Parts: sequence; C-alpha cells; structure tokens
Amino acid sequence: MNTVVFAETNDEGKFRKNAAESVSYAKRIAEMAGGRVTAVSFGASDPGDLSRYGADQITNLSGEAGTRFSPELWAQVLSEVAQGEIYILPHSNDGAAMAPFLALKCDAALVTQAIDYPTAVSPLRVKRQAFSGKGMMEVAVQRERVVLTLVQNSVGQTEWDCQSGVTEKSVHWGSPKVVVKSRALAKGKVDLKEADVVVSAGRGLKGPENWGMIETLAELLNAAVACSKPVSDLGWRPHSEHVGQTGKTIAPNLYIAIGISGAIQHLAGVSGSKNILVINSDPDAPFFQAADYGVVGDLFKVVPQLIAKLKAYRTQNA
Amino acid sequence: MNVLVCISEVPDTTSKIEFTDGNRAFDTIGISFVINPYDEFGLTWAIGLRERQGAKVTAVTVGKELVEPTLRKVLAIGADDAIRIDAEPKDSYQVASELAALIEAGEYDLVITGRESIDYNGSAVPGFLAAMLDWPFVNACVQLEVEDGEARAQREIDGGRETLSFPLPAVIAGQKGLVEERDLKIPNMRGIVMARKKPLTTKESIGTPAEIQSQGFEKPAPKSAVTLIDSDNLDELIKRLHEAVKVI
Repeated sequence: MNTVVFAETNDEGKFRKNAAESVSYAKRIAEMAGGRVTAVSFGASDPGDLSRYGADQITNLSGEAGTRFSPELWAQVLSEVAQGEIYILPHSNDGAAMAPFLALKCDAALVTQAIDYPTAVSPLRVKRQAFSGKGMMEVAVQRERVVLTLVQNSVGQTEWDCQSGVTEKSVHWGSPKVVVKSRALAKGKVDLKEADVVVSAGRGLKGPENWGMIETLAELLNAAVACSKPVSDLGWRPHSEHVGQTGKTIAPNLYIAIGISGAIQHLAGVSGSKNILVINSDPDAPFFQAADYGVVGDLFKVVPQLIAKLKAYRTQNA
Repeated sequence: MNVLVCISEVPDTTSKIEFTDGNRAFDTIGISFVINPYDEFGLTWAIGLRERQGAKVTAVTVGKELVEPTLRKVLAIGADDAIRIDAEPKDSYQVASELAALIEAGEYDLVITGRESIDYNGSAVPGFLAAMLDWPFVNACVQLEVEDGEARAQREIDGGRETLSFPLPAVIAGQKGLVEERDLKIPNMRGIVMARKKPLTTKESIGTPAEIQSQGFEKPAPKSAVTLIDSDNLDELIKRLHEAVKVI
C-alpha cells in the first residue's frame, strides 16, 4: 500500500511543520500495511529534510507557475507525479482546498480532518474531527484509494531511520483558473494552527490597548496569539486569531487562556489541546473545569509577574 | 446575476453534543437547529450584493422535510427563493453531487457555501463542487467583489492573506470577513410574513450513494481535575511548564 504525501512549504521554500507530521503519519501507515512513502513538494529549498521523518522518495517540483497556489493545478500535478493508494495532505487552507480536486482526479474517496492514525488500512478506518471539537467520529471507507487530510498538530512528528531518494523535477504547469495577485504574510509570527504554544486572551483584558503583555508572553514562549469570539467581533483583534467553534480549531501542546470565561463554543475549538492553563479572576469561570492548570487572580497582576518569572528563568538557563 | 447560496442546517453553537444508539448516532433530542454560521456570512453577502448591484439570491439545501423551517428562515432573512434537494445528507461527495446536478441544470453565476459546516466539519463540499463543475474555486474567502463577470477576492492562508482575481462563474467557500458579524440579519416580522409567500421548491434526489460510512462517535476524553496554582507562587507554575508540559 503506497502512500503519497503533499509536503507543504512556506514562501521561503522551507517545509512547514505539517510536512514532517504528514510524512511520519504516512510512514506509520507503511509500517502497518507495507509499501513506500513518497513525499511531493513544490519548490522546497532543501527537500532532503524530510528524509528523517520516513520518506522513501522525495520528489521536489519546480516550474514558474508552481510557486503560486492553485488547487486544481497542484492536485493535477500531484496526481501525475506520484501514484498511491493513500494520499495524505495537511488540513491547512491549501491542503483542504486541493483535497477534493485530488480525490476526483485519482478516483479516490475523501476523508477530511483525521485526528489520529488509522485503526485499520484495508478498508481504511480512521477517527476524524466532528462538531468542531465537541466530538470525534470514526469512519470507514470502502474504496481502493483514499485522500486523507490530517488536522495539524494532531499526532505530531516522529523521526525514523530512513534513507530517501531525492528527485528534482521540472513540470509543465497549465494556467490557473484563479490568479494570485499578491500575498501578504505576517512576518516573524508563529502560525496559530501549527503553534506548539498558544497564548489567548478574552474580554477580561478590557480593551485592545492591553494586548502588549499578551504579545510579550507569546514571544517569550515562541507562541502564537489567539483570542475569543467576542474580542474578534468587537474588532479588538483580527478574525484570523479567533479560536472556537466558529473560528479556528487548534491542538497545541499548551493553550494559555487569559481572561476567557470558557463558553462551550470556545472550549470546542481548543479541546484538542494537550495542556490547558487558565488565568482568570473568577474562580467559578467554567474554563477551570476544562483546564489542567489554573491560576485564580487578577490577570493584570498575574501576567506581568509570569512574564518577569519567565525572563528570569530564561536568563538563569541561558 | 444569479447567486446560489448553499445552506447547511447544524446544531445551535450552544448545544451540548451527546451521542445515542450505542454511540452510533448524534442525539438530536433537545437540539435546536440553525443556519450554519459560516453559511450566514455568504447569505448576508449575497443579499448585500442584490441591494448594491442587483442579483437574484437562491438558497439551496440537501435534506429531508424537517429542514424546511431553516430554509424559511433563510427566506425571511432575505433570499428570493429556496430549493430543497430531497435527500438525507450522508457525506461531502454525495451532497456535492446533488448540488452539482442542480447547478448544471441552472444558470448560476456564483455559488457560495460556508468554509465548512460546524457539525461534520468536512470542508469538502465547495471544493468538490468546483472540481465537478470545472469552475474557479476560492476557499477561506474573507472578501469578495464582483463586477461584469469578474471577481476579486481575498483568501485567508495560513499566516496571511492572498489577493485573487478570477472570472465567473465560480465557487466560493466563505467565512467571517465576507461580511462582519454585526452585519448578520435577524429575520424581522415583515421578513417572516414575506417568507411564507416566497417559493420553496423541492427537487428530487439523483441518488448518489455516500462513500464514507460512519462507524460511531465519541466525545473528547474528560480532563482530570485542575491543578490550581496560587497566584503568589508562580515559581510553581514555571516548574510545571518546564517539567510536565515541557514548553520551557
């Protein structure tokens, strides 16, 4: 059973964290069912990087048009350069956009938002996210080929002792139906969906002018910044930072919720977090019920103190 | 300009989700159903387009008769007419096949869906539709303008935004940003009365089978009791972050 992975890169050609995760996920399937793992990247600067996550073959594609995302063209090229029974894509915005096109091109069934390794491969059985984090659903697929998208940060990456063959290939790209005029990327920020640590704040902060300490804390922890729905609705923070049932669903190693009461819609979006730390002045805030660690206290005192302690810790352990 | 807005009916966001029948089915007892929040942004955008530039706004859903109150609500908010495709929705491929058959038989310039439905989170129907119809596709769309058969859009990407241009017809998967939360409309009395007179037609299913079979559900594992740390003893927290959570 051969697996093909879409290994996503950023604008500098570096592999995203989800590429390592997707490749090691594919390797696990190969361990279960045999077969080879082929990773396909578009414009990667150092394709051999994926070797240690279990790729047998890495095919790096180049060609001018390929540097701009197009769901139909990328799906077509991917289906032409590598064939397998299982195709694995990260459930990033690009991966999710390509997946249905790829499924139709390869005559495959599509399972999106997988959150764990398959429990069986033939027929494929796997758990996927449902109810925006309030539940999980196991599905079975009675098809010879499957395209599967993997929730980012769901299983993490694993290193394998593996030798890869690397092939560089120039491909002919057709014309995309949608033309990308420009791309604006936040520089130096950790992406929310793939962050290991997320620092999130709610209405308890009282106003957008108080986010400085949230950003400082995030910087110290190499974390992404997030917020609750009311904060994004009020325009204090951009929509792209809204975490919850109608915003982003995330699964970091540590989620720090500051001044967020913990409405059911918010909890849904963060239930996949491995650890949750809640800082809130209200000891009855429902979020404490869903937390691993809690600090009851005035966030305007606790957060600056935590920042000071972290800085001291960094200095001592530098 | 004909706009088709695809609507999914989902449990209200405040719902507690429970499973029944030995965890094989979603327990709908006590659940109130609403328009999928992501679909509402597209619906409101389409009504705004009609007000600004003129357009006909048709809403469609795939579902059995029980979903009609949700379609009436869509009409009360402002859609001109509504279509119910008479099939039990099973998976994204089946739903997209039903919708594609309707779209191919119609004359739509733009099809708008939500980014995903908040119940099964497939986020695959819009992409399948675009692939089946061979139309341009934009997912995670946060801004959209159309004029003279051309569209400009912004799309959220991981860590940023893209500005795009493409010809119509096209399929858009929208989210917050298409319109703002405060722009969303609650049906008023006049809208509700008018909705009763607007056409709601039923279309027969083409009978595409599902490809994915649900094997059962589970809820996320409950957390064990919270470890409370005194706000005067944050050194303890630092110790935990280092030893147990391993983030520092």
